[in-house]
Amino acid sequence: MKTISVQEAASMIPDGASLMVGGFMGVGTPHRLIDELVRQGKRDLIVIANDNAKPGVGIGKLVDAGRVARTIASHIGLNPETQRQMISGQMAVDLVPQGTLIERIRAGGYGLGGILTPTGVGTVVEEGKRKIEIEGKAYLIETALRADFALVHAFLADYTGNLSYALTARNFNPVIAMAADTVIATADNIVPVGLIAPDHVVTPAAIVDYLVANR
Amino acid sequence: MDAQAIIAKRIARELRSGMLVNLGIGIPTLVANYLPEGVNVFFQSENGLIGTGPIPEEGMGHPTLTDAGGSPVTALPGASTFDSATSFGLIRGGHLDLTVLGGLQVDAQGHLANWMIPGKMVPGMGGAMDLVTGAKRVIIAMQHTAKGKPKILEKCTLPLTSARPVDLVVSEMAVIGFPGGRATLLETAPGVSVDQVLAATEARLATPENVVEMPL
Repeated sequence: MKTISVQEAASMIPDGASLMVGGFMGVGTPHRLIDELVRQGKRDLIVIANDNAKPGVGIGKLVDAGRVARTIASHIGLNPETQRQMISGQMAVDLVPQGTLIERIRAGGYGLGGILTPTGVGTVVEEGKRKIEIEGKAYLIETALRADFALVHAFLADYTGNLSYALTARNFNPVIAMAADTVIATADNIVPVGLIAPDHVVTPAAIVDYLVANR
Repeated sequence: MDAQAIIAKRIARELRSGMLVNLGIGIPTLVANYLPEGVNVFFQSENGLIGTGPIPEEGMGHPTLTDAGGSPVTALPGASTFDSATSFGLIRGGHLDLTVLGGLQVDAQGHLANWMIPGKMVPGMGGAMDLVTGAKRVIIAMQHTAKGKPKILEKCTLPLTSARPVDLVVSEMAVIGFPGGRATLLETAPGVSVDQVLAATEARLATPENVVEMPL
């Protein structure tokens, strides 16, 4: 684990990279990293996240700036700009049921090829997917998802990179931290080693590659 | 009482102490306002919270304590928070006793369409497909008609949310259930006749002799 500046962190991410971004309507999103990606002009990004927040907030800032080529999300209803870019063909949008999206990411991080879920059976979601029956119940095969980078936001990080989260700002963060080649974390508070009790560490330092220093 | 209040108040009577309940946005959210006295349930927000409390007073919210729309909420004593995989494990895994959701259309077998209007509104399904597929009981809170047109149809014309039929539809006019897979009029709202409900409904409704007045 290495501690770096937000500028260094964003500069590691090339144009066209796939990013998993934590947060639910911007809550628990690494806002400083997003702002720096916009500032550095990163483009053609693939953004995998629960939602696109709203214009001017979190991932919405990347969308506003036209930097997202494709998003895989469960809900874009509160971001009219994403919907506009989707309809105009500027951005590809894959809509995935929320429980399926998080499980596909979990599978990607846990060494599984995918998951079986009843969600989406008998709806447009099943189009193009394999369906199998187990003990009389139909399931869709949903494949695992991984990304080049996970951009995670924690409440507490210690100097080794152990992370813990606050309340509903946890959401996708600990799950995406398992599913990317490179994990970059920001935190509200960076504290000395030992202040996060082992029982309270949610994301172990061993999987965090970079911690963004606080100003 | 306005239409939304009638719907929310009637659905609140379905809640029992100890239930884990997920309320969707819109009319479903209002159900929490009519919880009968002495009934204590756990409200889940799918962004990772059980024990969701009322909206905080101005200035008392916290940026890390929010509902599924990203707005500030409170957490009641005994609340818990967790990641999204756990949250949807609760929903899909049979741990959620009841979900109350809005609806665009419901058909004669109880199939729900509530997540998109092709070419017009494509917000994404969010958690709706998991909720309808996984909750033990699904209640739809919706106005009986939209701009005078029935929303309870013989067959949904919009994309379905799930192959699993809902259990109950509560509108400002009626309560409709699906015993044996067939839309059945169970209750009419005060001052509303069976004929008025039938006239506002496209799906053929079974009308048993014992249709009762909606208790509110």
